[in-house]
Amino acid sequence: MTTSMSKPRPGPMKLTDALQYRLPLAGWVSILHRVSGLLMFVLLPFIIWLFDTSLSSEVSYERFSAAFTAGIGFVPGVVVKLVVLALIWAFLHHLIAGVRHLWMDAMHSVGKEQGRTTALFTLVVSIALTLLLGAKLFGLY
Amino acid sequence: MSVNYGSKRLVVGAHYGLRDWLSQRITATLMALFTLVLLVQVLVLPGPMGYDKWAGIFAMQWMKVLTFVVIVSLAWHAWVGMRDIWMDYVHPVGLRLALQVATLVWLVGCVGWALQVLWRL
Repeated sequence: MTTSMSKPRPGPMKLTDALQYRLPLAGWVSILHRVSGLLMFVLLPFIIWLFDTSLSSEVSYERFSAAFTAGIGFVPGVVVKLVVLALIWAFLHHLIAGVRHLWMDAMHSVGKEQGRTTALFTLVVSIALTLLLGAKLFGLY
Repeated sequence: MSVNYGSKRLVVGAHYGLRDWLSQRITATLMALFTLVLLVQVLVLPGPMGYDKWAGIFAMQWMKVLTFVVIVSLAWHAWVGMRDIWMDYVHPVGLRLALQVATLVWLVGCVGWALQVLWRL
């Protein structure tokens, strides 16, 4: 290998370069695992606020319930519901994708087909459960 | 002490890879089990869902201990995950350190609040 034949090094990959690639399903599960984790980390104070108001007293429980209808301060109830829906998705995706990791660790079952199947399972189940719970949250049943 | 033999030199020093991998799985398992335990109580315990039933679940001492463990697990888990994100995407050392410190402050603050809610119940 001579230096005259080698191409110049591409340098660090930019996000715009990364977006040129078509992600396989397992890749989607992987990046969404990060996104969902980050989302729950950022919204952690809101989650603890829900924990606090729902538990502390009957009066605070009323505030907790009212958050979903009357809203919190200037934030309308429908926005609160949408944020909670996003958290429901994040939790379900993160949980199922995490169990998928544990399953692969325990069973040593790692392969291209298996990776695709379990990734599809993760995406379908997390989205289906999110829709189901979302319908309940928005009072559709 | 690690010794460098020719080209087989030790290139990593912190050894946190396995520890992080393992703690991430242990804390995750604890949180998954907690979810299951909480879900079963919500579904199985009698009475309509409301303040009394909800607060009653967390008022039991064993549930408090379990919730306490899960709150600590969550913070630990989030710390490992967030640090991975900062290490992957944020390269300037100063900015990365600032974000890691902010993450720790954020998590410790959240844990304090959550424990306050739990213990005064």
